[in-house]
This record gives sequence, structure tokens and C-alpha cells, in this order.
Amino acid sequence: MSEQHVYDKYFRADKLKTMWCPGCGNGIVLQSLVRALEETGTPLEKTVVISGIGCSSRAVNYLNTCALHTNHGRAIAFATGVKMANPDLKVVVITGDGDCTSIGGNHFIHACRRNIDITVVCINNNNYGMTGGQYSPTTPTGAMTKTTVYGNIDTPFDICDLAGAAGATYVARSLTYNPVHLKNTLKKALDHKGLSVVDAMSDCPSLFGRLNRLGDAPTMMKRWAEIAVPLAKAKTMTEEELAGKVVYGEFTDRKDRPEYTENYAALRLKAQGGK
Amino acid sequence: MAEYKIMTGNEALTHGAIAAGMRFFAGYPITPATEIAELSSELLPKVDGTYMQMEDELAAAAAILGASAAGKKAMTATSGPGFTLMHENVGYGMATEIPCVVVDVMRQGPCQGVATLPAQGDFMAVKWAAHGDHPVIAIAPSSVAETYTEIIRAFNLSEKYRTPVFFVSDATLAHMSEKIRIPDASELEIVERPQPTCDPDEYLPFNMEDNGIVPMANFGSGYRWFASGLIHDDTGFPVKTGNTVAIEGASRHLLGKIEDNIEDIQKWEEYKCDDAEILILSVGLVSRSVKTAIDAAREEGIKVGLFRPITLWPFPGKRFAELTAKAKTVMTCEMNLGQLSEIAAQYTDRDQKIVAITQSDGTVIQAKKILNAIKEAK
Ligand code: SF4
Repeated sequence: MSEQHVYDKYFRADKLKTMWCPGCGNGIVLQSLVRALEETGTPLEKTVVISGIGCSSRAVNYLNTCALHTNHGRAIAFATGVKMANPDLKVVVITGDGDCTSIGGNHFIHACRRNIDITVVCINNNNYGMTGGQYSPTTPTGAMTKTTVYGNIDTPFDICDLAGAAGATYVARSLTYNPVHLKNTLKKALDHKGLSVVDAMSDCPSLFGRLNRLGDAPTMMKRWAEIAVPLAKAKTMTEEELAGKVVYGEFTDRKDRPEYTENYAALRLKAQGGK
Repeated sequence: MAEYKIMTGNEALTHGAIAAGMRFFAGYPITPATEIAELSSELLPKVDGTYMQMEDELAAAAAILGASAAGKKAMTATSGPGFTLMHENVGYGMATEIPCVVVDVMRQGPCQGVATLPAQGDFMAVKWAAHGDHPVIAIAPSSVAETYTEIIRAFNLSEKYRTPVFFVSDATLAHMSEKIRIPDASELEIVERPQPTCDPDEYLPFNMEDNGIVPMANFGSGYRWFASGLIHDDTGFPVKTGNTVAIEGASRHLLGKIEDNIEDIQKWEEYKCDDAEILILSVGLVSRSVKTAIDAAREEGIKVGLFRPITLWPFPGKRFAELTAKAKTVMTCEMNLGQLSEIAAQYTDRDQKIVAITQSDGTVIQAKKILNAIKEAK
């Protein structure tokens, strides 16, 4: 028998290899998440991963935890039920830019508002991969997709701004280009008590990359060296200098808001005549 | 000890659900179901349960399924417009065999209709809720007392057969007050969710083969399982698109597990049917007007009876067909524009007369109207 790897227990070996295209960023996010789970010591038995629909949402198929692969956009609403029913569980949502901020946008902002202890990992590749490359709420203005053949006229969401404004208490952006940063960010998100959001910038070379002539997967990956700017550095740059750049780092890390399941536990005590 | 109390339909429903073991309610305010949410928000925290007001009905249906997977008996309550929104996630519950109870307090009309007025326009929406072929169990009470006892049965069937169960009431039944007997806890039959006992490494969350119903392990209990809304096998994982046998098998399994247990699921009332030459099919509160009309008609020597499905779906067609075979005329009485009448037509002879009493004016059909129709049909 081959030697056991420390991460083997996290994967359903019979479900591998993944269904993702070569060069897709989803795998990097998945392995970073597994490393983060290992480093935070989250027990597999107590972990529930929940996803919606899309290439990124298939990540839950490969994880050896309890998992629900739910309907498009609804992962966070299912996760809210799981977490409220059993607050001892570590609940992680794996979603994509379309799943999370378009069809699931309402659930997303309300989970942020409640500050319920769920970690939302949004694999953001700026388009709908599974359906063949249509534009999503995070597609940059001007970008080409299968439904913006004249260039995208929409203004994209900044997922971190959205989450922070809606009340999420840990909000960070990381990128598949920097897996160590990504792993460390996911670790902080998992350890955070409250709603944590990681906007994981990723590449879809098969569609977004091809349609925007960004080159093959390695070329797309190298592109991040030019466009990704750490938050500290971004603060020293002008708006013009920041045009077309993607700022990553921690945008929100608050401890001043109560967590929802704890709040509900207090409500229960009150209802039962306690203080 | 059993108690006698005066309460509304919505109150009886909530108390009954809690007696059945409901410990999680997620909802969104909507007339005429709102009182169920209000009372749940007050009572559930007292019994270590949880009330969640979600951002919309999509989320409410999703949250109860999540809570159920995590081990809680869960329910939501809504009315037509919200019910339509719930179809998507209720379909997920059917496909992944996660128990829950979905209450539809019917109100008049399509779309927003008339929010405060009763109707029975959702019979078919309940039957066909969610796309694709899927199982359906729906229960329709006719009184406040029956609302209490039947919501308990709804939870029991849901747990037994691992499926969402619909419970259909209407705006009048929801808001009217009646004196009801609340049975003592010891009198109630409550189905608790079984937990697997096998080796966790050998646990399979589904059994397509024999329309099997596998105990659903609570998340966090040590049994790790996966569920997907995609057509899946016993492991819960999607079947390969080329595996047509498995695809057909999984689809038939969902219906088959209901068919296999149809006698346990179906329930109906027969009122003066023994010698009935006219048989009336009616469901829910309006069936009480039918009974009044039947009593009056019988005083005039007209042999008329009522067949009232309490389990609306799957429709108790076998027994209904036996009774229609003996009747000269079949009538239907419903607060919509003719949904049960289509069902009745499936169980009658080509030359048998069918008289449909329909009404969709936001009021309960009065006995006098029914009596007149009976006399005309004679
Ligand atoms: S289509 Fe895009 S997102 Fe989907 S697997 Fe392929 S590369 Fe990844």
C-alpha cells in the first residue's frame, strides 16, 4: 500500500480525479482549504461543507466530510439551517461568483447581516464556467464573455465591499496565484467566530481566459504578478495607478458584533425565564 | 392529561407541530400563514428549539432542510405566493430524501390573489410542486381539531418515508376558532428519526434498489454522508450520464417508496356512503358544508354521501373508485375552478354524470348552494 499522506483523509479518493479543466483554479482553492482545515485542527466529523451550483461548487464532492451539494445560489441558506440546528458544527460554504452574488446574493448579504458563524469561500473567476462562459456580477466592465460579445457594459460587484457593508465580520481577498496567502487567509476565516468571507480570485482558462485572449493557464497565472496588489501597498497608490488592479488582503476583521447562534442561545435563555 | 382548549387553526397547527417534535421553524411573513411563524417564534425557544425568519421563502425552504440534515424536525408555513418560491428547494428535499413539513395555508387566486380570503386553488400546485417526477404526500384537515392531530401525522410520515410532506389548510380554517381536545402526550404516536447503527465506514445514505429507506444520520454524528440534487446512487453521488438504468432506477425509487407504503399513507373519511347514489368528493373545511347539505338532502330522501380524502395526495383512488362504481352521480365540491373534478373524472365511467360545484369568490361554499346542486343532480 502506498504511504498515507496527511491530507488523504480529507479526500474521497474514489471521486478523484476532479472534473475540472486543466489549469482551473478551483483545485488550488480546494487544496488550500484542506491545508487550512488541517492547520486549524477542525475535526472532519464536525465539519459540514455546503455548495450550490457551478464548477466551484463541485469541490464538495471531493471532500470527505458531511456535505450538501444544493441548488443554485442556495448554499448559504441551507448552511444557515445546519448551523442554527447544531452550532457545534463547523460550516463551510464553497461557492462561486455567480452562485454567491447573483442568484444567491440575497442569502449572502443576509448571512453577513446576521453574522452567523459560517465561512464562505467564494471562488471568483469572473464568469459562469459550468454553463460555458457567460458574464457574472464580477465580470470586469469591458470584458468579453459568451453573453457580452460586444464587451461587458455592467459594473462589477466588489465582493469584499459588499460583504463588509452587509456586516460580515471577517472579509478578505486572496488568490490562487499565492496559495500560501490563500491558505493563511482561509485559516483565519475558519478560526473567526462570525460570518467570514474569502473572495478567492481564481482563473478559468477554458472560458474567461480564452474569450479574453489571456493566454494559457500558466500565462494567466503569471498575469496576477502584474495585477495583484497587496492592500498595504494599494493604500499608497493613486486611483489611476490602481485601475485594472486587484487588491488583496484583509478588509474587515471585527470583533464588535455578536455572533448569531450565540445571540440565539441568549434569546432562548430569556424565553425560558433566565437572564 | 388531555385538555380542552379553544384555538384557531394556525394555533392548533403550531402546537401540534411542537407536540410532534418540531424544533426548527424557518419562514417568511405571509398572510394567512403568519400566525404560525409568530407563535413558533414565541414557543420554540422555550423548548430549546429555533425560529428563523429568513430573507425569503427560497431561504426558508432551504434552511429547514439544512436543519433537518443536522437532526431537527423542521417545518415552514406559507401561502400561495411563497409556496411557489419554495418549490425549488422542496424539490431538493424530495430528491435528497430529507424530511420536513411544508404548510400551505391557501388563499384566493393565482399570483397575489386576495391575501385574506380562503380558497383551494393550490391542490394541483401541491401535487406538482417542483419540476420533474417526484413523490408527494399532502394532508388536508377539515377542522381545527384535525389540524392538530394531522400535523402530527404529517411529521410522522415525513420521518418514516424520508420526504417533505405538504399540509394544506386555508385562510378560513387557519383563522377560525374551535374547541379542541388536546390529547395527552402519552396518547400520541410520535415517530422519532432512527439513526444508523452500522459501521460509519459502511454507511450508505440511500437505497435505490428496493425503494429502501435508510436511516438519515444527523450531521455531526460521526456518519459522514453526501447529498446532491443531481440524480445519484446509494452513495449520494451523481450517477454517470450514460447510466440510463441507474437514472431510471433513482427516479422510480422516489415514487416507489411512496407506492410501497400507500396504505399507511392514505387516509380518508366516508360519510353516509353505504347506500349513496350520489357521491360527493370534497376536501378540507368546505367538506363540512357538504355534510350539512347531505343531512338536509337525506331528510328529503336523497341518498347522498361524502368521500373526503384526508391524505389528498397520493389520492385514495382505489376506494373512491369502489364507491363511484355504486353511485349514479358523482359530484365534486371545491373552492376553486375545478381541480378535484378532473381527478373524479379519472374514476368514473364514461356515461356517469359528474357535477362540479366550484367557487372562487373568496368565501367558503355554503350548504344551501350544495343542497340545491344535489337536488338538481338527482
Ligand atoms: S470551465 Fe472554467 S471554472 Fe469550470 S472547470 Fe473549466 S476552467 Fe474551471
